Amino acid sequence: MSERPLLESSGHSANLTEWEGTVQELRGLVSPRALTGETMLLNMGPQHPSTHGVLRLLLELDGETVVNCVPDIGYLHTGIEKNMEAKTYEQAITMTDRMDYLNPMGNNLVYCLAIEKLAELDVPERAQIVRVLLAELTRINSHLVWLGTHCLDMGAMSVFLYAMREREMILDIFEMVSGQRMMSTYFRPGGLWRDVPAEFIPAVRAFIDYFPAKIEEYETLLVNNPLWIDRTQGIGVITPEEAIAYGCTGPTLRGSGVNWDIRKAMPYMGYETYQFDVPLGEHGDVYDRFYIRMQELKESVRIIRQAVDRLEKTGGPFRSQNRKYVPPPRSELGRSMEAVIHHFKLWTEGFSLPEGEVYVSIESPRGELSCYLSSDGGTRPHRVHFRTPSFVHTMGAIPKMAKDGMIADLVAIIGSVDIVLGDCDR
Amino acid sequence: MQTPLDPVDLAKLSLKDAVLDVVEFRGETTIVVDPQRIVEVCQFFRDTEGLEYIFLSDITAVDYFPKEPRFALCYHLYSMLYTRRLRIKVYLPSDDPRLPSVTSVWPSADWEEREAYDMMGIHFEGHPSLRRILMPADWEGHPQRKDYPLGYEQVQFSFNFDDIDRLKPYAKD
Amino acid sequence: MGVAGKLGNLGVVTTTLEAAINWGRTKSMWPMLFGLACCAIEMMSTQASVYDLSRFGMELMRASPRQSDLMIVAGRVTRKMAPVLRQLYDQMPDPKYVISMGDCASCGGIFNNYAIVQGVDEVVPVDVYVAGCPPRPEQLIHGIMTLHEKVKTQRIADWA
Repeated sequence: MSERPLLESSGHSANLTEWEGTVQELRGLVSPRALTGETMLLNMGPQHPSTHGVLRLLLELDGETVVNCVPDIGYLHTGIEKNMEAKTYEQAITMTDRMDYLNPMGNNLVYCLAIEKLAELDVPERAQIVRVLLAELTRINSHLVWLGTHCLDMGAMSVFLYAMREREMILDIFEMVSGQRMMSTYFRPGGLWRDVPAEFIPAVRAFIDYFPAKIEEYETLLVNNPLWIDRTQGIGVITPEEAIAYGCTGPTLRGSGVNWDIRKAMPYMGYETYQFDVPLGEHGDVYDRFYIRMQELKESVRIIRQAVDRLEKTGGPFRSQNRKYVPPPRSELGRSMEAVIHHFKLWTEGFSLPEGEVYVSIESPRGELSCYLSSDGGTRPHRVHFRTPSFVHTMGAIPKMAKDGMIADLVAIIGSVDIVLGDCDR
Repeated sequence: MQTPLDPVDLAKLSLKDAVLDVVEFRGETTIVVDPQRIVEVCQFFRDTEGLEYIFLSDITAVDYFPKEPRFALCYHLYSMLYTRRLRIKVYLPSDDPRLPSVTSVWPSADWEEREAYDMMGIHFEGHPSLRRILMPADWEGHPQRKDYPLGYEQVQFSFNFDDIDRLKPYAKD
Repeated sequence: MGVAGKLGNLGVVTTTLEAAINWGRTKSMWPMLFGLACCAIEMMSTQASVYDLSRFGMELMRASPRQSDLMIVAGRVTRKMAPVLRQLYDQMPDPKYVISMGDCASCGGIFNNYAIVQGVDEVVPVDVYVAGCPPRPEQLIHGIMTLHEKVKTQRIADWA
């Protein structure tokens, strides 16, 4: 890009090579001091060790202080929503996995819940319990990666290695259940893909017996650490009113003290029958958000413990018996003609949903993840839209929190908001 | 805390001719309003005691090609106080879809409207800075429209491997 | 044989210049941080505790392209990101190698649409392709070992 010299007649010139739009557009986004060259425009580019993915931030800097922060996303835009319109409903579940890749089961879950709501499909008890269990395991998985990368950015490298070690145990459980470590596509409309194997419950019990000691370890390392406190307390403050106005959800909102958790406010999948607390923060700074997520790890272990106890007592089918949407097991195909017809229809063109639109939300580790599903009566989704928390946080919360802080604080803030760029760009 | 009031009744009472239709489906309420009065409607839902939909969750753009009206915008609102949801829907024609922006009501509408503009080509009047958000700045066309092709590449099987290979742009060092 | 045996007792080894250079290159190849999407998480897993990449000399993941030898393109490359990728590749000094990790980087993966570059070899020349969605850490390590084999067969006559 050629350098465009300045147009204001103050005698200085600003280097505008980072900006691809018009200068007119830039005028509205950065302060006038940038156009005279008094403050510097710096590109915290798509490839950077501390942006969690390909996020580009155009920073206007006055020395070390960030005056303005303009996010530029879209470097991971995969066109998932449009691509899902070309696939049948069940084929499209694989594409949802790849959106928020640290919470793959959560994405599957929200899409399957939307299909089940629109089709009024029942989900058996056993499937619901396994879904809750795996959703909470995914939450622990995501928080461990958040902890590891956040600490890595701030310089505490050993926590990253410890977190990844615990995460391997969870990934082994996912692999046992679905065959894949990360993108499992295990939840299907009506229940699960297949029943959990016999080694599942002992493995989960082994994990929840082993894990709380590790949470203690992380807390010993970080919670009362004066270096950590110095770098995170009072940084990146967002007030509750601002958080609600900018559309923040999840730990970003709860860090400011707003008690809003979709699992408690609008429960889905039986969450109202489990005992758990929702940790809240007070000051809305980086430390509070960090502390909330550590507490959420403990709460997730609590939920998993209850779910495993319930799972041992509950038998029954793992998927709905409604043959219009759920394929029959192969053993039935030899005996029943209707089963063969259903199998044929489901495999050739897939099931079709009644016309209408629904909107379903779940609490992902990042915030509120919602799916808007609109069907025109056909076998392919007419319009699927995902409201992802990272999109809203990147565009709204991060610039707000970064203003008047320093660049080093910006790294802490991005880590604490826990954005995942696949979630942001879809 | 005030008792929650029925949004549909209040809307029909106060907004009268702005409300075009009300749909109840699977337990969700959708209120269809006149697009040009969207700011007034949104302010009403946000500020009225007993409704207080202070949280804008999502703005979704839908394309009903080839039916008219072609575009629809769904505003999904939450009321955290009364834990309720509401959907406000507007329909827009296919030639020149434009309506006022609601960024003055909820600041989070800023980037959601930019995404609707980028993906569907709907113009929002009064938006502080309407430009592309997900696609590159010089991209032409609006990808999520129904008449925009998916843009897929032909899959290489063994019978057509060489034909496609010749046309594929491989990088030189 | 006699000379090499006697010298070996004194702690001296003889080899060819080519083998020595290639050995040096494989044993401390520094990867550049180019994780884009889901494969980046598996790359991080490979780097971290259980599957350790530092035993191959790769413990230092350099963020700066000027100081790295290997670019592992982990994840899907969009049309918006492709010029950035090429610019970073151009900034790496020779000798440089590229591993295309995962299905999306190798061939576009499950996303056959307007937004994704169908195979990163449209943008940069690739040495090793690793399949998987995302590839297991063992698969990535196998890909790295394959690259090491490839580097060991390089000849000075080609690049000097």
